[in-house]
Amino acid sequence: MVETRASVSDVWAWLSDVPDPEIPAISLVDLGIIRDIAWQGDTLEVTVTPTYSGCPATSVINFEIEAALRAHGIQNLSLKRQIAPPWTTDWLSDAGRAKLEAYGIAPPQPAGGPQHCPLCKSTSVERISQFGSTPCKAQWRCTDCLEPFDYFKCI
Amino acid sequence: MSINGLIRLGDNALVLGQRLSEWCGHAPALEEDIALANIALDLIGQTQLWLGLAGEREGAGRSADTLAFHRDAWDFRNLLLVEQPNRDFAVTMMRQFLFDAWHFEALTALSTHDDDEINAIAQKSLKEVTYHRERATDMVIALGDGTEESHDRMQGALDRMWPYVGEMFTTDADDLTDMTALRPRFDAHVMAALAEATLTRPKSDFAHLGGKTGTRHSEHLGHMLATMQVLPRSYPDATW
Repeated sequence: MVETRASVSDVWAWLSDVPDPEIPAISLVDLGIIRDIAWQGDTLEVTVTPTYSGCPATSVINFEIEAALRAHGIQNLSLKRQIAPPWTTDWLSDAGRAKLEAYGIAPPQPAGGPQHCPLCKSTSVERISQFGSTPCKAQWRCTDCLEPFDYFKCI
Repeated sequence: MSINGLIRLGDNALVLGQRLSEWCGHAPALEEDIALANIALDLIGQTQLWLGLAGEREGAGRSADTLAFHRDAWDFRNLLLVEQPNRDFAVTMMRQFLFDAWHFEALTALSTHDDDEINAIAQKSLKEVTYHRERATDMVIALGDGTEESHDRMQGALDRMWPYVGEMFTTDADDLTDMTALRPRFDAHVMAALAEATLTRPKSDFAHLGGKTGTRHSEHLGHMLATMQVLPRSYPDATW
């Protein structure tokens, strides 16, 4: 028996190797923006939800998904944008949260601020600005090691 | 379901997004520059959703870009508040605070709209606008209850922007929700913040009207659109 279509679980595995263009430490799957992968006849349909509605990475993300899947031999591909339910940081995988922290970005917390400095782990942190280098991040600073760092906002 | 109702929401986000982006590279501090650019970005993203849906529902082949770049001032349906020029940082923040306070209530109401595409855009936008409102509120309080200079500038900005508040709470059949019903919750949020900011609400409730109906925009909109639209109008086949 020869499979003529890639399995959905293979496609998930391929996409979990595609880095987020803005935060390459985590993959698109870690970020929780790939909402569904399904075959519709001969066409592979990938459902993607944007993080922020104006995030300029969205078009790059679509390009990266397409490039990765084409490289694995997928010919008929359709990318579907889904905005409801809206993306939430709850969809970040545990692996993604750990990778963010290791990369120096504090992962989102329900309390609305970082648990501790991602570098020295001190809990003495203060907010510099609600907005950071990308729409999904805010700027914080550690008052012990004095390093500024990004905090991935909780939405 | 009114196409104009969708266009109003899209035009508010578009015009304010464009205004805020004028600060890019000019804001008083790097953090403020980044924050304003981020808010502008969110608003332009929301514009694409609202105007995209408006074009789709209209069914005349107009995309979000066509609506943004190929209409003239009299076809715009944004509130007069958002087309007002940036002037100084006090006016920019006060305009943002008053708009965010209204926008938050409007999107909250639209989050439970019967139309699934409308409530989806509202729910998505509301997450972003919750953040905008929180920041604008913090800024108004910090600057109002700040130095004598910052306090005076914020009071001046409030006096200047207040005549544009009333239009947000006028309503007609084109609106996707009853805007008059949003006023009590708006007032509660705004009055609490102004009290903390040691700012005084102007006594007169006189309101300039004509933006959301398109009957009388201020002179500022045309100048803004001239800058915003020049490229696609000069080179209609340009793509990016």
